[in-house]
Amino acid sequence: MAATAVETQAECPAADEKGALMDGLIVFDHIYKIYQMGDTEVRAADDISFSIKEGEFVAIVGQSGSGKSTCMNIIGALDVPTDGNYYLGGIDVSTMNDNRLATIRNEMLGFIFQQYNLIPKLTVLENVELPLLYAGYSKKDRRKMALAALDRVGLSEKAKNLPSQLSGGQQQRVSIARALAGNPSVILADEPTGALDSRTGREVLEFLQKLHAEGNTIVLITHDNSIAVKAERIIRLQDGKVVYDGPSNAPEALVNPDIPIELQKNDGAEKGGEDK
Amino acid sequence: MGIFQSFVLAIKSLLNNKMRAFLTMLGIIIGVGSVILIMSLGNGVTNEVNNAFESMGARTITVTLTGRGSTRTFSEEDMFECIEKNRSTIPAFSPEVSVSMVSVRPKGWNENLSTKVTGVGEEYLDVKSYDVEKGRFFTYVDCAARQKVCFVGAYLDSTEVYGGNALGNTIKINGEAYTIVGVCSEITDATSDTGSDNFVYVPYTTAMRKLTRTSTVSTYSLVAADDDSVQPAKQILTNALYKAYEDENAYSILALADIMDIATGVMDTMVIVIACIAGISLLVGGIGIMNIMLVSVTERTREIGIRKALGAKRADIKIQFVIEAMTTSVIGGILGIVVGVVGAQNVGPMLEINAVPSIGSVALSVGISVFIGVLFGYLPAKKASELNPIDALRYE
Repeated sequence: MAATAVETQAECPAADEKGALMDGLIVFDHIYKIYQMGDTEVRAADDISFSIKEGEFVAIVGQSGSGKSTCMNIIGALDVPTDGNYYLGGIDVSTMNDNRLATIRNEMLGFIFQQYNLIPKLTVLENVELPLLYAGYSKKDRRKMALAALDRVGLSEKAKNLPSQLSGGQQQRVSIARALAGNPSVILADEPTGALDSRTGREVLEFLQKLHAEGNTIVLITHDNSIAVKAERIIRLQDGKVVYDGPSNAPEALVNPDIPIELQKNDGAEKGGEDK
Repeated sequence: MGIFQSFVLAIKSLLNNKMRAFLTMLGIIIGVGSVILIMSLGNGVTNEVNNAFESMGARTITVTLTGRGSTRTFSEEDMFECIEKNRSTIPAFSPEVSVSMVSVRPKGWNENLSTKVTGVGEEYLDVKSYDVEKGRFFTYVDCAARQKVCFVGAYLDSTEVYGGNALGNTIKINGEAYTIVGVCSEITDATSDTGSDNFVYVPYTTAMRKLTRTSTVSTYSLVAADDDSVQPAKQILTNALYKAYEDENAYSILALADIMDIATGVMDTMVIVIACIAGISLLVGGIGIMNIMLVSVTERTREIGIRKALGAKRADIKIQFVIEAMTTSVIGGILGIVVGVVGAQNVGPMLEINAVPSIGSVALSVGISVFIGVLFGYLPAKKASELNPIDALRYE
């Protein structure tokens, strides 16, 4: 697996030429994702560029159809762009095959899904162990790391339970533990509060903020502005394009996306701004 | 991910769905069970046939002289000379004169005894590997002088006939009295009048003169030194007889070993054919496994998506499902072995066959069930491994 990383890094010296844009953990470089639906061409991602640095807490916001799911799939190495380059930790992921994408997902990404996506017949501990299993850790190490991760979310005493014996909030915390278990570079949360009531949803968000405070890079995908503001930076998507990229506390950040707005550039914010 | 881990997962998944797992296995259980049962019964029958031949003397060679259309002859002296030169290959030989249509009446009996009278030479016991229980066997003199003596099987010495006092008594064959000079040791069952212990041997010379009224010996029984000498012995006899007759049709040389080979060959072929038919149910069982695995893949699409999102490679997913299919078929195979062995032990005695499940048939069944698991698990596993994680995660 180490060999894979070295090899891929070696093949993108171009990264340096792109200059400042490359200075990030997650780099979208003119990403296009185009689907052919019958005669019509759907541009789910239409020239999206941004860069997310290590340790940032970014919310990608958009209505349904805005392209945020496409973005999340590409960031999560679940899908590859039609055109453009995606660098994750300096590695060009956009042209990788299935198996190498699986390795990237396993080593660099931690997923938190809306529906928790725990495997119902495995215990909480076994669920948390899953990414470690595919990473090839020994049984002993897996157990140790998974228990440590469960401890972080305060659920180590539920290790032997089945997911169905836990509340929704607890299940989501288990899935956070699973995302944390392998010490990934990026935690990718897809509508993590979507299936929770507002109180437990808030708890989960607070937990994500805590993780951010501990130095983790978190990418939150949501349609909900009230959740997006919990992040420190917002990337707003509309029709496959970035319509806002800046701090979450700027007045423009929460502009109603249904009203056409001028694309706001905010150089005072994070370095990620558009370069066009 | 380790094989062992996949195996544990497979067992768990089977336990989650016990009824379905059992029904899936049923095809394999029946298939393996019937293959083992049939092969065991076949083994039993083959062994029985072999034993029957062995008891008749598998190394025995029978030479029949017909002399058809030939004026040449091959006398007892010629045979003696031929054998004498090859004693290391053919240690014993004897003329054999079948006597039929004679009355045999033990002394003091009012009715004839049903038995088989054969005229034989002094080496006949060596040819047959029989032993003398009481008295003696014929000597060269008995044969040369055409003595009216006889050597009887253990049945005639039994309580039913002479009550153990056969030796020294006389027996009437076609009305003439023959002195019983010896009794043979029990071969199979001395109390049975239908078994191989019910016989009367007389010197072949006496038989030819008194009973069959023939002048030449047309049948010889010979024995080869060991199993490997059977073919060389046949060759020696063929050479000698062809030299004498110059006609292959004037004689026949038949080794019991040859008949035994043919019989076991036929048996083996039959067993294989029947086992193949039983094997078809293994095929059907395999298709059942494939069917259930395809259903399982569909049911677990979301799980596959989760696993792939968390870093499972195609090979990981593939191995998981192949091992699951293999576990199903191997457990089915093991249950099938139990069914087959227990069945063989119960059906065997009913058919009066000692049905022996061979290690080979058990190993074959296990091998086949593993093979079926891999073969029929592969397609569903491949399908699972190629699922797109995005679609799989979205699957409800």
